[in-house]
Amino acid sequence: MLHIKCPYCGMRSQNEFSYGGDASVKRPELNKEISDQEWDSFVYNRKSLRGKHLELWQHLSGCRQWIKVERDTATHEIFNTHKADEEIS
Amino acid sequence: MTQAFRLENGGLINRDKKLSFKFNGKTYYGYEGDTLASALIANGVHLVGRSFKYHRPRGFFGAGVDEPYAIVQLYRNNETEPNVKATEQELFEGLEAKSVNCWPSVNFDIGAINNFLKIFLPAGFYYKTFMWPKSFWYRVYEPFIRKAAGLGVASTKHDKERYEHKYEYFDLLIVGSGPSGLASAYAAAKNGARVILAEDKPRFGGSLLTSDVNIGNQSGEDWANSIIAELKEMPNVVVKNRSQVFGYYDHNMLVMSEKVSDHLPKTKKYHPKQRLWYIRAKEVLISSGSIERPLVFGNNDTPGVMLSSAAKEYLKVYGVLVGKNPLVFTNNDSGYETAIEFKKNGINPIILDSRVNPQSEIINEAINLGINIKFSYVVVAAQGYKKVNSADIAKISDNKKQLGTVENIKCDCICVSGFWTPTIHLASQSGNKTKFKEEIDAFVPGTSKQNETTLGAANGIFTLEETLKDSFTAGQDLSKKITNNDNKISFPNVVEKKSSQHDKFWCVPLPEGKNYKRFLDFQNDVSVSDIEIALKEGYRSIEHVKRYTTLGMATDQGKTSNLNGLQLVSDIENKVVPAVGHTTFRPPYTPISIGAIVGREVGKHSKPTRKSPMHSWHEKNNAVFVDAGVWLRPRYYKQGNETLFEASKREGKNVRTNVGVCDVTTLGKIDIKGPDAAELLNRVYTNAWLKLPVGKARYGVMLREDGIVMDDGTTTRISENHYHMTTTTAQAANVLSHLEYYLQLVWPELNVNVVSTTEQWAGAAIAGPKSRKLLEKLFPNNDVSNEGLPFMGYMESDLFGVKARIFRISFSGELAYEVNVESDNGNFMWEKIIKLGQEFQVQPYGTEALSTLRIEMGHVAGSELDGRTIPYDTSLDGLVSKKKDFIGKRSLNREAFTSEDRQKIVGVVPLDKKTSIPEGSHLVKDAKAPLPNKKLGHISASCWSVEHDNPFSLAILKDGKNMIGEKLFVMSPLKNKVIPVEIVSSHYVDPKGERVRS
Ligand SMILES: [Zn+2]
Repeated sequence: MLHIKCPYCGMRSQNEFSYGGDASVKRPELNKEISDQEWDSFVYNRKSLRGKHLELWQHLSGCRQWIKVERDTATHEIFNTHKADEEIS
Repeated sequence: MTQAFRLENGGLINRDKKLSFKFNGKTYYGYEGDTLASALIANGVHLVGRSFKYHRPRGFFGAGVDEPYAIVQLYRNNETEPNVKATEQELFEGLEAKSVNCWPSVNFDIGAINNFLKIFLPAGFYYKTFMWPKSFWYRVYEPFIRKAAGLGVASTKHDKERYEHKYEYFDLLIVGSGPSGLASAYAAAKNGARVILAEDKPRFGGSLLTSDVNIGNQSGEDWANSIIAELKEMPNVVVKNRSQVFGYYDHNMLVMSEKVSDHLPKTKKYHPKQRLWYIRAKEVLISSGSIERPLVFGNNDTPGVMLSSAAKEYLKVYGVLVGKNPLVFTNNDSGYETAIEFKKNGINPIILDSRVNPQSEIINEAINLGINIKFSYVVVAAQGYKKVNSADIAKISDNKKQLGTVENIKCDCICVSGFWTPTIHLASQSGNKTKFKEEIDAFVPGTSKQNETTLGAANGIFTLEETLKDSFTAGQDLSKKITNNDNKISFPNVVEKKSSQHDKFWCVPLPEGKNYKRFLDFQNDVSVSDIEIALKEGYRSIEHVKRYTTLGMATDQGKTSNLNGLQLVSDIENKVVPAVGHTTFRPPYTPISIGAIVGREVGKHSKPTRKSPMHSWHEKNNAVFVDAGVWLRPRYYKQGNETLFEASKREGKNVRTNVGVCDVTTLGKIDIKGPDAAELLNRVYTNAWLKLPVGKARYGVMLREDGIVMDDGTTTRISENHYHMTTTTAQAANVLSHLEYYLQLVWPELNVNVVSTTEQWAGAAIAGPKSRKLLEKLFPNNDVSNEGLPFMGYMESDLFGVKARIFRISFSGELAYEVNVESDNGNFMWEKIIKLGQEFQVQPYGTEALSTLRIEMGHVAGSELDGRTIPYDTSLDGLVSKKKDFIGKRSLNREAFTSEDRQKIVGVVPLDKKTSIPEGSHLVKDAKAPLPNKKLGHISASCWSVEHDNPFSLAILKDGKNMIGEKLFVMSPLKNKVIPVEIVSSHYVDPKGERVRS
């Protein structure tokens, strides 16, 4: 079981969180004309990386904040966690 | 019965407490502190089971967790447990056990015919034989394999025992209480670290209990006892015996199974049988020791052939002789220790040492004691069927290829030692890259991935002095990092005997003209010839060889067989062992009971139960409940001998003719506040929300980004910036998460807050033509007329002194209202409604009637909004705004979603107006068409229409729009039904929706 540092609550076990997928995906702006391809890649296409991955988790059974987690999908190492609005370099 | 193999003195057992037990129906005696294995051996019992494949006689091979043979069916306190190792099960008064794998009995076993038909059971036998013909698999092969291959029988009764889970954080977790575990625990504890020390056996001390060493002028055992006694007194230390750390998971979480009560005749009141510990540790020290390696020779599975370390343990811990005429066969000095213990107890062993001319302190001691030692000698084959009675032995050439003349000598046991295999399972599970250590011919942990350190024999260090030094240092250094304390511990003086080099030799060649089976894997009956066949047939990867031969795949996971298997493959392939590589170690290290894994989450505790504030009223009024997610909801209220069908029909009819009341507390409720609340709703729902006036409710549908309907419900504008959203019971949690996702991540600029208020409000739906009259009685000071409170209107009121919210919304399609009060007042509200409703013939109705009412009205619910339908499919497309954008809108342009013959909701009525239609049935054009018959749609929900008094169903049907009036067939192969039906509108009752507005 992973040990995830919620930026608001501290170190918590994975079973308090729910997974939210790739954090680098940006939802297209509302009312903007976009191509079928662009919409498709937003809704369906994910890279499923092996290695370092920036992903979303929600601290569901805690503060309910959505957070960003830098995790290695192969080793499960967690390098860093961020609040949703934090800029990540 | 006498214990003929029990020594007069010695051992750590309690000779003052004699215990009786039964094995295969026969009564024996042992002592407190025995295992089932030691007590049986004390009574001269060596035949305890039959092997997995050939049903050969099986005895004892080890003395602990590594035991591959002695697996029994245990009977304790009127319950039974399979797969119990006799070497681990502690004896208690009245214990009963039986052999497994034997039919009809351990002495005469029909399956042993396999042994003589062994030509049929070579490597890959299952793959080669049972593949064909395919139809034989379920009828013939599988039942046969299952019957012949079982390892005991699981009980089919409910397990009355209690199992617990415990979650703990520690600075250091130390696995194993041998010399290295004790030393590191002691050093870390003295440095103030929070330490847990776990020992899988009942006694602490590990190898110190059986080895002839001296630490700080104490015997090894006394030193261990004094350290443990001190650790137990320290407040920062937890010391646990009977506790197996079996799994090493991510982020330094380990799981440990503590057998709290298995050693007692019955579990004490309020105690668990077992406790599973989830331990998160900053540092993990693995001091799991090593397991002796077998030597491979003919018939080496005969009862009486066992590990020399096990023979020594039976002697020193239990005061039991595994034989009175022992033969020790060794390739290293460890065998000598066992022989010396025999000699000290008046038994004359013979040592066969495969080495040419080894010299060491311990060999000299054996020579001085007058023990008969034969160098360059090997056991060629064990003789005897149910027990060893002699051994064929021979001299072996220096290159280990040629055997001399075979001679037969009498013996009643053969104690084998093929040197030691470090127990690296936990380190490997943690992700450690193990490496091969040439000097000891075994794998040891290499680079750690997590905060894990392996010490002592588990790390391939076999001298006590080095082990203690490493372990004291590790305990001190690692705890210092955590506590910043630096208490130095003085290193004790150590006396031990020095060993000489082991022989790189494990497998005795077959003598000319003989075809003995030489076993590698004792539990799965994998022999040398099986590996040879696998390699001949082209299997190269050790992972493939493992699966093809089943080497190391039994419940002991190859604890004694892995390295000998690897050695053999590398010899045949002319490779070195590290190039062959070892197979992956996976948790659990040893079998764990299902009960321990499940813990207390059984029966009604398997999930939480949520009850509405009116629950006790429902109970008192004969409600029959149904699970709705984690909620318990009344399905119907039983009157007299009514069936579900009769009761729900009565309740539904009463709603249509008078007035009914339904507990709708379980609906999800979300409070939404903030200046941008309307904008959020406008983006989340498919319809327009910016112009909803205060005091009005609106029905809304929300989509996922892929265009599929996520949920529906009404939302009410309570005040300027305050909305009350309702969701379906099932989707309440997901919808809240969904809103939080968009507010926190996608549109953080929106100034809105959301919070669940599901449990803050109790809800009652009051529905039926007389509902307004009832409302007038409930709220005499309010104008609840059609003008005062129109359809989709909202008002705040006072219910006899209690704050109430009234929504004029309807799920049943009748004139209806929902009244909410704060949860604590739920029962008060409910009783008022029932009391004041008497004159209007009010009746409570459950979910079954509720479903019937909504189905015949064509209102969609979870069975239509099933994660596969878009608004068009469920006739909700009228609610999809053309003007504004919202979540999922862009997906609705997809070609499949706009096709002409897109599926759509319809009503279905059987032509005979009598036959009920099973939910989930398929709709087809031609009931007699050849298979696969093309499916046109499926039945999503069925009811018995209250209004029309005949069956009615909703279906999602291809080209549903153009199918009204068509005749089709409903097919349910599950229920074996074919029903001719007519397709009608989904709005079977009040298609214009006049009643809700009346
Ligand atoms: Zn949190």
